[in-house]
Amino acid sequence: MIRHLAGAVALALVIATPAFAQNQKVRVGVEGNYPPFSSIAPDGKLQGFDIDIANAICAEMKADCTLVQQEWDGMIPALNAKKFDMIVASMTITDERKKAVDFSDPYYDVPSRFIAKEGAFKDHSPASLKGKKIIVLRNSPRAKFIAENYKDSEVLLADKETNVYLELAAGRGDVALGSAVVSGEAFLKKPEGKGYAQLGPSIRIGAGSGVGIALRKDDAELRQKVNAALKAIRANGTYKKLADKYFDFDVSEGI
Amino acid sequence: MIDWSVIVDSIPAFLKGLQTTMLLLVLSCGAGFLMSVPLAVARVSPNPWLSKPVWLFTYVLRGTPLLVQMFMVYYGLAQFEAVRESFVWPFLRDAWFCAWLVFTLNTTAYTTEIFAGALRATPSGELEAARACGLSEAAIYRRILLPSALRRALPQYGNEVVMLMHATAIASTVTLVEITRVARDIYYNHLSPIESFGVVAVIYFVLTFGMAGLFKLAERRFLRHLRPVASGVA
Repeated sequence: MIRHLAGAVALALVIATPAFAQNQKVRVGVEGNYPPFSSIAPDGKLQGFDIDIANAICAEMKADCTLVQQEWDGMIPALNAKKFDMIVASMTITDERKKAVDFSDPYYDVPSRFIAKEGAFKDHSPASLKGKKIIVLRNSPRAKFIAENYKDSEVLLADKETNVYLELAAGRGDVALGSAVVSGEAFLKKPEGKGYAQLGPSIRIGAGSGVGIALRKDDAELRQKVNAALKAIRANGTYKKLADKYFDFDVSEGI
Repeated sequence: MIDWSVIVDSIPAFLKGLQTTMLLLVLSCGAGFLMSVPLAVARVSPNPWLSKPVWLFTYVLRGTPLLVQMFMVYYGLAQFEAVRESFVWPFLRDAWFCAWLVFTLNTTAYTTEIFAGALRATPSGELEAARACGLSEAAIYRRILLPSALRRALPQYGNEVVMLMHATAIASTVTLVEITRVARDIYYNHLSPIESFGVVAVIYFVLTFGMAGLFKLAERRFLRHLRPVASGVA
């Protein structure tokens, strides 16, 4: 009797397995401190454009995805250590990062902008910010841009993009350089951002490169699938629907 | 494979970070020691007006994580306009000052309890002898209680100093570039955990060993009377 039962269970497993195997398991690294791209909702759930894009791509690829939250500066090492299989964390495609990881096609591109107390400076030229303290996200293309172009200014490097604006509001620096979108969502549109405004026109750092999904170099198969899925969600309108939820301008312009 | 060139290139950054780590440790440890001796005396005082406030202080500081205390002081206080406009703001604005303040208060709380425990454990015979000699209360503290208690507290105090040294890594969360922050930057830029966190682990290990050695020497000198007798006990 027991034998028959065991046989039946084994048979059931054999039949059932192919159905499970169809869905590839993919772990996605996300960040959670970059609203409206990635943040933690009051109920503890991850939310934002990055999160929606990750889920849409997974649905398109018919993959079972698990989101893994990871601190920004451990992101690429964790990918290469196989803690997850791709990074959907608003990561700008740069030549340096390309040495360590591969990128999908870009999935959005937004400019950067300076934020300061209203009327504090006349523009954001290196000359008018001379001797002032500029706050910027540590280990980011923007930090590199400041280090290279604003040599006569002081720099305060914050750990997280959201902390950039906390430091600015606290008066620990004179001007912040942040994402044109995040600075609005996390700061200017909030009560804390009262009295602060964008300084000068927005700028593009590493123009045209955009933000991509990072994958391990040996994972060309997943990269192809991700690119195909990106193309599909842009073609079928899913991308636009998601983007319209968060932005009042076209974040896919120029990619 | 270990990339030695990454390690060699990062030596200057680690040395600078080490300077920050050690300065944070020495300044908070020194201030913490100076505050915790009188606080420990107050803590064991029979007068509740003296002992209860100190009890509350150590209870609160030991009951919350250091990281939370750091965020409360660095980010939390900055949220209030009243704080930003008051005379303390030039200090609280500075990440250095915030880190020093938090580490000092934290270690003061623990050290106060260590010293208070050692004071309570004073053998009653020592006290009786002191009173029999007609010493005043102040003289008893100065000449009997404190010297004997601080000596007995030495092993635990040594642990507290080592723990504080490890805790200075928390300063990396408020923009200070101490050795853990240096390691995190190298990790980010070279994507190699061994060359970054491996190196910083070795640095902490050497520091810990050095400090443990110093405290061993101090114990050998100041706690000679408590050492087991080497010969004659057969």
